[in-house]
Amino acid sequence: MTIPYPAIAPGPWSATAMIAAIILTSTAGEVLTAAAMKSVGDLDEIRAHSGLKGAIRAVLTCPLFFAGVCFLALSFFSLLFALNHLNLSLVAPASASLTLVTNAIAGKFILKENVDRRRWASAVLVCIGVYLLAH
Amino acid sequence: MSQAKLSPRQYFILALVAICAPLGDTCLSRGMTRLPAISLSHPATLLAAVFTPWIAVGIALLIGFFACYLTALSWADLTYVLPATAIGNVFVALLSRFWLHEPISLERWAGILLITVGVGFVAQGPPLTERPVAESEAAVPEEQLL
Repeated sequence: MTIPYPAIAPGPWSATAMIAAIILTSTAGEVLTAAAMKSVGDLDEIRAHSGLKGAIRAVLTCPLFFAGVCFLALSFFSLLFALNHLNLSLVAPASASLTLVTNAIAGKFILKENVDRRRWASAVLVCIGVYLLAH
Repeated sequence: MSQAKLSPRQYFILALVAICAPLGDTCLSRGMTRLPAISLSHPATLLAAVFTPWIAVGIALLIGFFACYLTALSWADLTYVLPATAIGNVFVALLSRFWLHEPISLERWAGILLITVGVGFVAQGPPLTERPVAESEAAVPEEQLL
C-alpha cells in the first residue's frame, strides 16, 4: 500500500520557513495562554467551587486567553499547510520540540518561571533530538 | 495550592494531553497528505480542508487536547507541561511508522529517544515555580518556614 506523497518535495529553506512559522506563532500562543491560565487560577479548584460552567466562564472571560488562542489558530493553519508538503514524522517532532526550547527561554524571561538546570538540560537534549530527526 | 507533587488525577490529565495531541496530529496528516498540494495563493482551499472527515476528527481530538492542556497549565508551569507532552513524539513516530507507513531512519529513532530522555529529566522536577505568596493567602504554610 502506498501513500500519495506531494509531487514536488519542498527544499530545505521552504521546509525551515514552514516549521519556523509554526514555532513562532505557537510560542506566542502558548506563552499567552499560560499567562492567562495562571491569572485565572487552579481550574480544578474553580470547578469544585462553581462547577464546570463557572470554570469555562472563568477561562472565556480572560482577554489574554483570546490573544493566545488567536496565535494558536495561526499556528494550527501553519501546521496544516506544512503537513500538506512535509512528512508528519518530521513536522510534528521538529515543531513541537523546538517550540519547547523557545518556550523555555520565554518561560524564563517573560513568565519568570524557575527554569532550573534540569529544565535547561532537557531543552538541550531535545535540541539534539531534533537535529537527529531532521537529518 | 502549590503542591510539590501532582495527584494521580493530574497525572491522568497530563497523559490525556500527551495522547490526544499526537493522535490528532496523525489524523491531520492522514487527511492532508490525501489532498492535492495547496499553494499559498489559494488560502481558501486550506479552510475547505477543515471539513474533510480525517481533518475534522483530528480537530475534535485537538480540542480535547486543548481542554486538558489548559487545565494542566492552571496548576503547573508551562516549562513543565510542554516537556511532559513531548512524550507524544514517541506516539507520533509509532503512529506514522505503523499507520501512515512513513519510513523512520535510525537517526530519527535516536532523536526520538533523546527527546524522551529530556522529558524524563523535567518530569522529575517540581511542577510549579514557588511564587512569593499572594496577598490573598498571606499566611505562610508551615513547610515553607523551614
